Amino acid sequence: MFKFRLERSPAPFWFRISIPLFAIVSTFIITAALVLLANANPLQAYYYFLIAPLSSRVSALETLVKATPLILTGASVAIAFASGYWNIGAEGQLYAGAIAAAWLGPMLGNLHPVLAISFMLISGFVAGMLWALIPALLKVKLAVDEVVTTLLMNSVISYIVSFLLNGSWRDPISGWPQSPQIANSAMLPKLVERSRLHFGFIIALAMIAVIWFILSRTALGLRMRATGLGQEAARFMGVNVSQTMLTAALISGGIAGLAGVSEVAGIHFHLIDAISPGYGYTGVIVATLGGLHPLGVGLAALFIGLIDTGAQSVSRALGVPVYLGNIVQGTLLLVTLGMFLLQNYRIRRVE
Amino acid sequence: MPDSCTNLPKRMPMLTVQMKGITKRFGPLVANDQVDFDLEQGEVHALLGENGAGKTTLMRILYGLYRADQGEIKINGNPVNITSPKDAIANGIGMVSQHFTLVRPLTVAENVVLGYNRGMTLNPGSIRESVAQASKRFGIEVKPDALVRNLSVGECQRVEALKALYRNAKVLIMDEPTAVLVPQEVDVLFETLQRLCKEGLSVIFISHKLNEVMDISDRITVLRDGKKIGTVSKCDTNELELARMMVGRETFGVSRQSEEQHSSAPALLTVDKVSAMDKKGLYAVKDVSLEVCEGEILGIAGVSGNGQSELGRVLSGTLKATHGKIRLGDQDITGYEPAQLTQAGVGRIPEDRHGGMVGELSVSENLVLEHLEDFMHNGMLDKKHIREEAERLIQEFQIKARPNDCCRTLSGGNMQKVILARTLARQPRLVIACQPTRGLDIGATDYVRKRLLEERDRGAGVLLISEDLEEVIALSDRIVVMYEGHIAGEVASKDVDREKIGLMMAGSSVQESAHV
Amino acid sequence: MDIFWIGLLAATLRVATPLIFGTLGELFAERSGVLNLGIEGTMFFGAFTGFAVAKTTGNLWLGLLAVIISGALAGLLMGFFSVQLGVNQHVSGLGITLLLQAVSLFGFRLIFGESKIPPSTEPFQRIALLGNLPVVGPIFDQYLLTYIAILLIPITAWVIYRTNFGLNIRAVGENPEAADAAGINVYRTRYLALMIGGALMAVGGAFLSLAQLGAFTFGIIAGRGWVCIALIIFANWIPWRVLWGALLFGGIFALQLRLQTSVTVNLPYEFFLALPYLVTIIALAVAGRNATGPAAVLKPYKRE
Repeated sequence: MFKFRLERSPAPFWFRISIPLFAIVSTFIITAALVLLANANPLQAYYYFLIAPLSSRVSALETLVKATPLILTGASVAIAFASGYWNIGAEGQLYAGAIAAAWLGPMLGNLHPVLAISFMLISGFVAGMLWALIPALLKVKLAVDEVVTTLLMNSVISYIVSFLLNGSWRDPISGWPQSPQIANSAMLPKLVERSRLHFGFIIALAMIAVIWFILSRTALGLRMRATGLGQEAARFMGVNVSQTMLTAALISGGIAGLAGVSEVAGIHFHLIDAISPGYGYTGVIVATLGGLHPLGVGLAALFIGLIDTGAQSVSRALGVPVYLGNIVQGTLLLVTLGMFLLQNYRIRRVE
Repeated sequence: MPDSCTNLPKRMPMLTVQMKGITKRFGPLVANDQVDFDLEQGEVHALLGENGAGKTTLMRILYGLYRADQGEIKINGNPVNITSPKDAIANGIGMVSQHFTLVRPLTVAENVVLGYNRGMTLNPGSIRESVAQASKRFGIEVKPDALVRNLSVGECQRVEALKALYRNAKVLIMDEPTAVLVPQEVDVLFETLQRLCKEGLSVIFISHKLNEVMDISDRITVLRDGKKIGTVSKCDTNELELARMMVGRETFGVSRQSEEQHSSAPALLTVDKVSAMDKKGLYAVKDVSLEVCEGEILGIAGVSGNGQSELGRVLSGTLKATHGKIRLGDQDITGYEPAQLTQAGVGRIPEDRHGGMVGELSVSENLVLEHLEDFMHNGMLDKKHIREEAERLIQEFQIKARPNDCCRTLSGGNMQKVILARTLARQPRLVIACQPTRGLDIGATDYVRKRLLEERDRGAGVLLISEDLEEVIALSDRIVVMYEGHIAGEVASKDVDREKIGLMMAGSSVQESAHV
Repeated sequence: MDIFWIGLLAATLRVATPLIFGTLGELFAERSGVLNLGIEGTMFFGAFTGFAVAKTTGNLWLGLLAVIISGALAGLLMGFFSVQLGVNQHVSGLGITLLLQAVSLFGFRLIFGESKIPPSTEPFQRIALLGNLPVVGPIFDQYLLTYIAILLIPITAWVIYRTNFGLNIRAVGENPEAADAAGINVYRTRYLALMIGGALMAVGGAFLSLAQLGAFTFGIIAGRGWVCIALIIFANWIPWRVLWGALLFGGIFALQLRLQTSVTVNLPYEFFLALPYLVTIIALAVAGRNATGPAAVLKPYKRE
């Protein structure tokens, strides 16, 4: 007779990197119940979720469009989490970047696009950083829990956006709650004709490279990882934990701010209330699914982008409410969290 | 104490606990290997062994905190399946752990009745009453209304014992109960235990101290490396035999060879009237002054929890002194951060080695993190240099690991060597060593002690904080004893007198003890 | 007292009601050692299930029963991740919020389709408890759930401080090792606390859909759960202080509504909407290091 025993030692490498795949499969099995509830065939739903978006040029590119802000918020969350700073405020920092871009955008008409876009990116990065600075300072100076403050800051900035759009920034001609259109030179160029894919995607990929470089190749990155994995020990070894966390929070905020710029200058060209349907929160899913590893974050963002696009095609084709996509994402986050526990175990067969 | 060996009445032993063939593995480590143990009604049975011998593991199995991989347990002859402390309590087993399992913001009475109060409601008056009654019945004095957070360690232990007895424990497991007590409190504890045993209680007494074991117990079971070496009656054995069974050899480990040679050396570390608070906001270090000279080891002895730990943290830069000055040579290092201390030439070995290294990072990363400025160019890591340094230190300090191994997977001894390598590689002027051998096996312990003596001989000053009095005596040139945050006294190692140190550890001043 | 202040007080109690429910729910969770960031989603889920069941069955009380059950299930789910598996409480809580929001929206679309006019139901009626009193009467013209919310304060205090279950909750939230050694089932206690807490949170959300609005809108909770997370710190995890905190926040909110409608002021109304959040952030900054909750919060308990 054979018995199996869980032993606490690192699982084999192939197993650890395939955890997200197992999680994805399990998630689809779990959510099949809801598809059935909506009177649709789960297998058909999977087809529309995963295959259909990739089978046409338009929707395949649309997946990349959807993935762009998610790569950025995912990278933002990942670098913060990796440093032990629980930034749940990427949503608010994204809006901060969007506000900056919408403010600066209309004024850059006379500049060369390269210059105009550079200004847009810098302003968005700085705005995200500044919005992230407040909770980060409260954390390192006064030991105020950053989870609570970053969440609250998200709500605060949503009222600032609504104040701007209902007040001084309201479009004078149409009366819509949207800011004036940004200058042509400040718009991010299209990457592919007849699609919405824009230069923001390249920026997003660049940010993946940047956080990879910081975390694995720089002294700052080693300090960040040490702080994230063992704060007390890092402090004992002379790491300035407060400063490291503050730096991580600022980089995180800046990258989330870029997501706001990318949406304003690449997609909408205005600031609107609903510029983010929760990209900042989805960033937490992306970062977790990607195992906080830059490459994983990139892949996870592409996958979540696919789910977003797929949810719309499921909805169109089968009449399943589009929120199935959000359910899949939420379930995926929880299942992944649970499955990552398995990476610390090995299954041994004992006699 | 009267000699109880001579006229023992012959009796049929009633076995209250029988453990047979207990095996428990933690990953690759075998903590208990086919261990048998039995407990007679009314006896004090000592479980003797070094740190890591598997004593606590065996008892945690009996108390339901661990599940044995193999083996069976009988209580009063009936096989039982104990899967949680609740089962253990139901079987009349109580445990007083080394680390108290008390809820600090609750009152003594609430802690005693916790999980054992019948009915739905909690009436403060009635639990106070019933705890006071139990206190009287068992002769264990506690204050029912006091908050546990305000109690001394001795009081906490009494609450723990009362908690077990309140649950009608017939078997009381005491895990190293004397480690936190001063000798006078130990006497009271032993008297209480012997009185309770006469009334029918059976006690399992976990210890690694030979003298105590000879003092209190009727029988002694010795464990070594997870295996049972044997069970002997106190009357048929002596300390020497027990020591042999316990360590497997007679020689004591590394100790200081030469007499103190640098007695006139200039002071390297000067601690001047330093006070500091613990986590609870109470003063744990009170007005402490001391000096460490070049080329000497100053040992700090004391019962656990008398401020040594906090003093170590102050000197390691992880706790701020509220008053006083600390100087290294002529340099004022008061309030220095860890990085500044490293810069100034202070090497630090933390009390808890897991608090001194990041388990999820690699060996090489842990080896260089403290001196990162030397391993980077324009903010980028110099990977080649890091690897070379790691390989060099791994070889020099005989660390059984590869540079890229995750530190978490290392044994305790190898972890401590990583910390030692990192700390000593830079030839610090001063070494602050807090509990440097706690929980290590003999080989690793000897290695660490040898290294510390080499540092002293090289001319560095070493401040050794240890709760192991033998270690302090074996290594130190001078010994300072801490009691309740104060310096209780100082003795030079050459005229060391254990009794005198014991009295100081118990809070008697040297002057008073002179008349004893 | 003039009409303005009477109206303000009455509105304060109404606005405070979901906050009291939510914060007491969070109090149970955190006192047992679990930070439940699933609160925002649980409140949303409660608002949805209450509305959906009440609308389809035509019975508000059945709706409320469904709310309690669904809230307890949400707590159970949180327990599975944070207690059983012991995963990161921040991320799992947020995940549960995202999931429950999605499930609610999905369910709403499935049941009610995509109509232009949002469906509505006849809400709970107010009860004029002391309605006949002159002047102050209108203050006590409230929904039953508001009275229950206020009654729940002493009830919660009694459960936490004067029952064995409450003692167990406090013990596992402060020192699970000690509780375990004392024979308390740590997991079961935490599960129960989370389920009670989840039910309370869900009722808080359902107050909005079943009493105040009589409808379910996508912005119905609008961050109230996060306010509760802040309020519990503000209240230092003590039941009575939850009441004062919720009334303070409710007061600011109500004042904002009054000022919008009755007086012309220069301050934008968004400022007042953001004010509770800003006040909380400032309060947290002032309380700072002193705001330490139950010691075991965020720390999963594993016996080995």
